[in-house]
Parts: sequence; structure tokens; C-alpha cells
Amino acid sequence: MSALRPLPRWADILLLPLINLVLAFVVSGLVVLAIGQNPLAALEAIVGGAFGNGYNIGYTLYYSTNFIFTGLAVAVAAHAGLFNIGGNGQAYIAGLGVILVVLPLQFLPWWVTFPIAVVAGAAVGGLWAFIPGWLQAKRGSHVVITTIMFNFIAAAIMVYMVVNVLKPAGVLAPESAMIAAEGRMPKFGTFIPWFKNTDVNFTLLLALACLVGAYVLIWHTRFGYQMRALGHNPTASTYAGISNSRTIMIVMTLSGALAGMVAVNQIVGVQYRLVLDYVADAGFVGIAVALMGRNHPVGILFAALLFGALYQGGNELQYVIPGLSKEMVVVIQALVILFTGAMEGMFRPGLQRAFMLFGGSAARREA
Amino acid sequence: MDLALVLSTLDATIRLSTPLLLASLAGLYSERSGVFDIGLEGKMLMAAFAAGAAAAVFDSVWIGLFAGIMVSLATAGLQGAAAITLKGNQLIAGVAINMLAAGLTTFLGIQWFAQGGRTPQLAAGERFTEITLPFADELQGIPVIGQIYHDLISGHNLLVYIAFLAVPITWFVLYRTRFGLRLRAVGENPKAVDTAGISVIRLRYQAVLITGLLCGFAGAFFSIAQGSGFGNNMTAGKGFIALAALIFAKWKPVPVMLTCLLFGFLDALQIRLQGQSILGVQIPVQAIQALPYVLTVVLLAGFIGKAVGPKAGGVPYTKER
Amino acid sequence: MTSTTQTGDTPAQRPRKAAASSAAAASEFAIELEKINKRFGPVHANRDIDLNVRRGSVHGIVGENGAGKSTLMSILYGFYTADSGEIRVDGVPHRITDSRHALALGIGMVHQHFMLVDNFSILENVILGVEDNALLGPSLERARKELERLAHEYNLEVDPDAIIEDVSVGTQQRVEILKALYRGADVLILDEPTGVLTPSEADDLFRVLRVLRDEGKTIILITHKLREIMAITDYVSVMRQGAMVATLETRNTDPEELAELMVGRRVLLRVEKGPAHPGEVFLAVDNLVVKDDLGVTRVKGVSFAVRGGEIVGIAGVAGNGQTELLESVSGMRDQAGGTVRLKGTPLSLEGDDGAHRARKSGLAHVPEDRQRMGLVVAFEEWENAILGYEDDPAYGKGMILDIKAAREAARRRIAEFDIRPANERLKTASFSGGNQQKIVLAREMERNPDVLIVGQPTRGVDIGAIEFIHNQIIKMRDAGKAILLVSVELDEIRSLADRILVMFDGQIVGEADPATATEGELGLMMAGVTDRKATVASPVAATGAAS
Repeated sequence: MSALRPLPRWADILLLPLINLVLAFVVSGLVVLAIGQNPLAALEAIVGGAFGNGYNIGYTLYYSTNFIFTGLAVAVAAHAGLFNIGGNGQAYIAGLGVILVVLPLQFLPWWVTFPIAVVAGAAVGGLWAFIPGWLQAKRGSHVVITTIMFNFIAAAIMVYMVVNVLKPAGVLAPESAMIAAEGRMPKFGTFIPWFKNTDVNFTLLLALACLVGAYVLIWHTRFGYQMRALGHNPTASTYAGISNSRTIMIVMTLSGALAGMVAVNQIVGVQYRLVLDYVADAGFVGIAVALMGRNHPVGILFAALLFGALYQGGNELQYVIPGLSKEMVVVIQALVILFTGAMEGMFRPGLQRAFMLFGGSAARREA
Repeated sequence: MDLALVLSTLDATIRLSTPLLLASLAGLYSERSGVFDIGLEGKMLMAAFAAGAAAAVFDSVWIGLFAGIMVSLATAGLQGAAAITLKGNQLIAGVAINMLAAGLTTFLGIQWFAQGGRTPQLAAGERFTEITLPFADELQGIPVIGQIYHDLISGHNLLVYIAFLAVPITWFVLYRTRFGLRLRAVGENPKAVDTAGISVIRLRYQAVLITGLLCGFAGAFFSIAQGSGFGNNMTAGKGFIALAALIFAKWKPVPVMLTCLLFGFLDALQIRLQGQSILGVQIPVQAIQALPYVLTVVLLAGFIGKAVGPKAGGVPYTKER
Repeated sequence: MTSTTQTGDTPAQRPRKAAASSAAAASEFAIELEKINKRFGPVHANRDIDLNVRRGSVHGIVGENGAGKSTLMSILYGFYTADSGEIRVDGVPHRITDSRHALALGIGMVHQHFMLVDNFSILENVILGVEDNALLGPSLERARKELERLAHEYNLEVDPDAIIEDVSVGTQQRVEILKALYRGADVLILDEPTGVLTPSEADDLFRVLRVLRDEGKTIILITHKLREIMAITDYVSVMRQGAMVATLETRNTDPEELAELMVGRRVLLRVEKGPAHPGEVFLAVDNLVVKDDLGVTRVKGVSFAVRGGEIVGIAGVAGNGQTELLESVSGMRDQAGGTVRLKGTPLSLEGDDGAHRARKSGLAHVPEDRQRMGLVVAFEEWENAILGYEDDPAYGKGMILDIKAAREAARRRIAEFDIRPANERLKTASFSGGNQQKIVLAREMERNPDVLIVGQPTRGVDIGAIEFIHNQIIKMRDAGKAILLVSVELDEIRSLADRILVMFDGQIVGEADPATATEGELGLMMAGVTDRKATVASPVAATGAAS
């Protein structure tokens, strides 16, 4: 027996995630087959529903926008060795910050309120992640457990706030007041009719900017270097004089701020009000996106597009094939997380062996 | 408050703490063996669905319970394969299991029963019903003691008694048996266990399967004991409260029971207090709902005592070269 | 749960023992290894190893770090399986597949890092894995009696109800030995048993080992300390680079011969260096108190001064506070009391970025454990070449990192320190121990610090690199810098340092001149036996010199 050589870079970041993705599709396909439906027809329906026309693509991009934010939130924390499982709660509670600044300013033009909403969402979402970060840095509690707890605490707070504080008198549905029509941010469809009346909006550009920003932060700044050092080896970062506690708190805050941008997309860009449960588990999709995208902004972009397409396609699925519901997509997503995140050990050794077998001569030449 | 009101609140406390207790004890086995389990919720949800579906289809509560346990065991096995054999990230495995359960139960429910994810309403013989303990009715007349026996101790379904019986059993297994000694050892120092000639992998699988078994009971409680049929996302985060209780109780069986009773009591109180006020102050029910989570965060942060889990928890065991 | 035996016997009394002694006539050797091979990927850890261990003897196995001693013993103990070769126990060939199997054959092992469950009692640790009943009660009772008997027979007294984390390291080792004996071990393997012991604890251990041998047990002692080989063993086998190079009767050999066999050529024991020219005090440590992570005081009021142009070596048995001293002076660990001054200016090292401030003030640190501390092995080489200096103006502007500049600097250092392979884009994990140490040393020496703190500079480093590293340290001294050296290798301290301070139980118990002090004198001081005449480094002197 001989030790397995690490995989070539392209195989590591491209081939392995793809194999896992295909496997997730195959297993989900088998489930579809088992209940007596045609998996290929289902796939066709999903692809058509996601990319069929401008309308479909518009919604795919809208979902992707959220997933870029939550995927980045998970990835940025992961580089510092932190598993932020609380993206949901952070995105949810950030809505409080957004709605509380947007409603009083609703008569100002949207391009004035938008940046203010971004700052407010980032601040509140950041705060909601900062606290678990602070608790880990200063009190030693595990950030995973704390962020799980914070998801539920956020949910309780939001129900209370919406029902008891934000809901205008006389309104039955549990939701805040609407932003005045003149203060609403137009959607892409206003400028590009091809997108029709879909939810994709300027927040997508913010998401793309965040991708670039995260790339620069992680690999081209001193702070990014420090957080990666911490992520790989906290003892070495202490040795280097990097304040681990400070780094943890900053990274968690950044992570929460990124998750908070979901609130901007939903409230300022799409719904023009705060409704209950608007996050719709986007925080958890972010875990799949970050795993699939190998915590790299480019990977996250593609993974977010993939999951955006799956969510939009899943919505259409039930209309094309009655009986197949959009929860199909949740199953696929769970399998992606399982295969790429927790069962990585399944294919890596085999793939490494295959590479050594077929790439053996090349490797020997190199040595 | 009069005795009847107190008793009925406590009665609700017992009922509401039962699934927490089963799930929390389930998590105890896994985590004591060094495998973190944030997938309690998912296993319960899977079991609840399987139990509800099987009980309805086969008109039998027992087949329902059996199906719930088997599905929960299979799910635990999958999680074990990822976390133990493939040495994957245990937290991510838990997340995946929760998501898989949420997706699969709804997807299959809609497909099979076409009731928006619900399983058919169960008839009396298809679910666990209240058991009246011997002499409960006869003793009811005796003030206080008789009332407590009749209202509080008697009159629960079988799974409630199983849950509370599981506490002393778990205590005994953990502290008085060979298996318990090894289980505690493998969560603290798996290498010591390995060099003693005991298989770490096998031991952890045994623990994870016990977790699956207990999650099966917990899930079945939702759909075929407390409820009469499965509904979408029926477990509603109870798996996470159970996890919180496990941490709050510092991974010890008797404190787990007390914590689950406390959290169950908060739940009962929250239901009772809907819209009411105490001493003129209206306490938002959400505050009571959030209390278990807040308490756990505060405990974890070391503001009241300190919760330190099994030392080897979360780390897959690898023989080093 | 399955169990190997359900009989009422304790493992020590199993019938196996009788069978073993009847087979004893067949072979005078308890253990015979023949042509053992084991590879870990490209590393051939054991090649064609032959070894015969005579029954009732203490058999030493010496070799440098990485010579393959531990691998060989792990094969014998069933922790690994050999790729090829034969193992005979009492003359009978066995294929030992796991540790349970080895235990059943009467082979017990005391690992270098104890295999104990910290929050269990001694009794619970002893029975773990050999409980003879599904219920614990009877096993515990039987073990308690058996432990009493063993303690009496072999002079191994312990309190069976004490919790492991509360007892001393020496006692923990006793528990490991008791564990092996309780399991009926006839052959006891000890892997570097004295590394964590004080000299007096080591003496106790040797006494126990002699008793065990005289009672008929066979003992295999893995060590790299020749002194121990000479003191306790009957036979000695020498390993080098995965091969067995010789087996000798201890009384027919001497340390020089063994050292030569170990390294394969005459060792340069003395480092070439001129006399020191100490100047001003650069580093003054005054009454320093340091606690470890558990809150235990490990450094108990230490004072000393290091002048520019001298190397001060701190000698001591590992675990006497040296690690905490280094971590505190370099800013990694908070001080619980006292001051550290650099060229007269007090260093403020509190908080978890203390190391940053220490570096800024001109103090560089080559840590004891480069893989755990000094490097991020998952990083590329150039990234490690700036670790701790990532905010240096040379490597960027404002918040942005200048990757090109950092890589260029890394390439320069690679050339200067002859780091191989000469590729700054390679993952640091793929460099050898010696080259990794050079990466750390190059980085820490780059800014020409006034004070260099060096811990275990040559641990796990190949011989060629050792000379290079020693010469670099001396070069720095000759450039007028102050160097504080901590090493558990007494030879290294004696050959490098200009002054030796001996640390014991968190205190500096004496000072010695490496030119005149004998190993025996140093050994006594390291054991805490201080002569009143010994020059104790005076806090007053250190403070006075610094101000």
C-alpha cells in the first residue's frame, strides 16, 4: 500500500464537486423513479423552469442573489475556521434594521434609501453574528451551537416585532406596512422588458460586488491572511501575534452582515414590506452553496446560480408534473451537502487512486 | 391557582417534555461517544413521518412505531457512515440529515397521500392512547395524593412511560455497565479505547444506533401518540430544544430529565399564558418560547456554571501513522 | 458487546500463561522478529528488520527520531500490520492483527503519550477493555484486589480511586504499567518512557523495571537516550533510517560506539564557535510568573538577563516551565506577574496579540513546535515566510497585501538558507522537518532582531540541517544579538550556550558554565538537587543591569 497523493487542483475544485453533484442528482432521480415518476422528465421540467425564458431566468437570478449572500456568509466564516450555521437568523433579524430605516425614509428616492438599507441590514445582521462570535472569542462557547440557538431566538423576536410592533392597525396579515410606491426600488424588468415582472433587482449587482469584495478580502488583504492563518492553525496565529478573539469577532460580524443582505433583497428589492419567514431557509442553502463552491467566490457564484436554478425550476416543477413538489429541490440540496460536505471521504481516495494509476508516469517525471 | 390548574399544567409539562426527553437521551448516547449530533430534529421528523404513514396504511400503531424506529435507525446509520466511517464533518452531516428529512417527508407525503403533506387522520387503534394505571380511578377521591396519581402519573400514553423509564436505564447503562464505561471512554479518549483493543468505530456505531432508536420513539410520539397523523415539519425545532437540553444538562441523564421537564414546563406555561398577563404585565409568549435557547446560550457562555462536552466530541477517529 | 472471555479469571490468571511457559522450552527468546517491512507511502519505515529479544531481559532499542523504532513496536503491538515478515512469540509464529491480539499473546505496551482517560479513576482505566462482565461492579471489585496484589509484588503503589487528571505524570505511567500487567503482559514495551519524567521519577521507573525483569518479565525499552541504555539494559539494538544496524550486549559496548552506530558517522559533538563578547543587557526578565491553560502556575518567579553577543541556554527536563517561559517572553501567553524588558523598555505583552507587540519591539521567536506553532502547514511556503510579519510595510500598503513583494522576499530567503525544494509556491507540509525549521529560522532572523528566542531548534531535524541551524544561531550571536535558547537536549545546550541556566519546577535553580560544568552536576540541578554554593541567577543583578 502506498500513500495517496493529493489531487490535482482542477480535480479538487471542479471534478470532485461535480461528481458529488451528479450523485446527488442520481439519488434524487432514484427517489423520483421509486414513486413512479420519470426523473428525466422532472429534470427537463426543472431546467426549463429555470432557464426557459426571461421570466424563468429572472427568478433564477433572484434566488441566486440570496444564495450568493448566504453562501459568502458561510464561506467567509469557514476561512477563519468558523461554521456559521446561523445565516438564517442573521438574514431574518437584519430585516428589522432594514424596515426600520426604510419605512421612515419611504418618500425619498430609492437610490438614497437603498445604501442606507444596506448599512442597516449589515449592521443588524452583523450584530446578530457578532454576539456568537464574541461568546466564542471571549467565553469559549461553540459558535455552532450558539448560532443555532440564535436562529430560534431571532425567529421569536421577529414574530413578536411583526405582530406587536410593526403590523399597522387594521391589517390582518402578520406583516409590516408597505413602502410607499414612490420610494420603491424598480426591478430589472422595468429597464429590460425581457425579464418581465420578475423579482431580480439591483441587489444582484450588490451580490456580485460582494463576491469581488470577498475575493479581495480573503486573498489580497492582511486581514484575510490573518483570518486564514487562524482558520488553518489557531496556535500559529497566536504565535504570529494575530489576535484570534478580535479576528473571530470581525469575521463573524462580516459573515452576519453578508447574510443580512438577504433582507435588503427581500424587503427593498422584492416585497416592499417585512413579512414573516421571508428568509425561507436561504441561510441553510448557503451552506450547500459554500460547500459546493469550495468557499471560493467564483465557485460560490456558480453554486448560487445552480441552486437558484434548482429553486426556480422546482417551483415550476409542480405545474409541469402534478404530484412532484418543489421539496424535491430540498432533497437534492440536502444530498449535495451530505456528499460534498460530510461524505467527501467517499470519492476522494478512489479518485486519488485513479489519478495515480493513470497519471503515475507524469507524477514520476515530476519527482 | 388551584390544585386542578396546577395539575393540568404539570400534566401538560409531562406530555410536552416527553419528545424532548427521548431526543435528548438519544443525543446523549451519540455525543458521549464523541459524535456530535445536530441531526436529532431530522431523525425525529423522518420517524414521525414513517410512523404516521405506516400506521395509517397498515391500520396498526405497532407497525407505525416499528416503521418509525426503522427509518430513524436507517437515517442514523447514514449519518454514522458519514461521520464515523468516512470521517466527514459531523456538524455538516447533521445539517444534511435535517434538510433531507424536511425535504423528503414533505415530498413523499404530498406524493403518496395528496393531502398537502399530511398523512391520513389516524383512528383510535392506530395511535397510542392514554393508559389508566391500576387503581387510578379508585384512588382519585383521595385528596392531593390520589389526585396527583390520577391526573399526573396515570393517564399518559405508552411512549411517555417509555421516555421516563429510559432515564434510569440510561443512567444504569452509562455508569454501571461495561458498555457504558467504554462509551464514556471513547468520547473522552478514543485512542485509549483503541489501544485497549476495543473497536472505536464499532462502539460509535452502537452509540449512534441507540440514538436512532430513541429518536424513533421521539418521532413516533409526534405522529401516532400526541397527534393523530403526520403534518408538515411536525417536530417544529423540538430536536434543537432537545440538543439545548442535553448541553444544559451537561450530558448527564438525570439532569437531562430535569432540564427537559423545565423546558416542557416553559412550553406548557407559554400555551397557558397566551394573551394573559401576570401581575398586570403581559409577557409575550415569544419570550417564553425563546427562553430555553437563551438559557442554553447563557450556560454555554459560562455565565452560570460551565458546560464542557466530551473531549473527543466532533473529531472523527483516525489511527495516526 | 462481545468479549474475549467470560470466565471468572482476571486476565492475568488466564490459562494462556501456562501454555506460554510450556512453549518456553522451545525458544529462549520471548519475541523474534524476522524480515519485518513496513512502508508508509514513499517512506520505508522498517526494512528487513530482524530482532530477537531474550526472555527475562531488558532489551533497549536506540535510534534517532524517525529511525523506525516506534513503528516497529507498533507492529509488534498490533497497532499496525507489517507489509511482510514474521513475528514469533515464544517461538510460535503469529500474525498480530490488533492490539487485543497482542494483549492476548502477553504483549503490553506503555505508550509515549499515555492512553488514559483523564476523567476516569485509575481502577476504571485499568479495567477498560478487559472488563470480564457486562456489569461493571464485579470487574471493579476483582480489579481492586488484583491491583493490590500487583502493587505489592512489583512495588507499584497507587490509589485505585484517584482520578487520572489529579495524579502526577509519574503515577500515570505507573497506571500504564499496571494496565499492562493486569492484562497479563509478559513482554512490556516502553516507548520513550522517561521523556516526561523528572530524574528521580526516572530512577523510580528503572527500579520498577529491574524488579519486573527479576520476576521473569521481558522488557523492551525504546529510547534515544544512551545514558538510559547503559544504565538499565542487558542488550541493545540500534536502528538507523528504518534498518536494524546492530544488536549488542550492553556491557560490551559504550555510548560512543552506540552514538556512531545511530548516526552512521562520527558526531560533531562540539560546535565550532569563538568566545562570546557579551555587551549590554538586551533582555531582562524579572520575577516572571506564568500560569498554564489550566491555571496552574508553571513559572514561579524567574529572573535572568541575556546580553547582546551571548547565548543563554535554559536546561531542564521537559515540563518544568520552559515552554510557558518561552511562550510568555515571546508574548503568546499572559504574564501572571513580573516584567520583561527589552533594552530597558518594559514590554507590554498582555492580550492575545502580545506576540505582535513583542515582534514590533525587536524580539523574534523560533518556537519549540514548528508544526503546531511556527507554521501554518496548509499555507504555501511564501505565506509562512511572512507569518507574524504580514503587516510589515514591506509586504503591502494599507490593508492590501503585496503578494509579489512577499513572494520575492521568500525566494531570497530560500536561496540564502538553501531551503529545498526551492519553490515558494509549494505547500509547506511537503517540506521536510529540517527545511521547515529553516523556513521559520529565516523568517525570524530576517529583520535582524535584537533578541532571538529559540526553543528546541533541532528537534526532528536531520543532521545536515542541525549544523546549519547551529551555525546560524552562532552567527547571530557574533553579530551582537542576544539569544535565549531552550532545549531538552543537554548536549545541544552545552555545545551552543555561553551560559547555562537550569530550570526545575518553574524556577531557575542554578547557573553553570558550559566549559566547566559536568553532565553530572547539571543532571543534579535538573533534578532539583541544588548545592547552596551554586550561583543562582540573582534577580537584583538582572534588574540592576537592565536599568
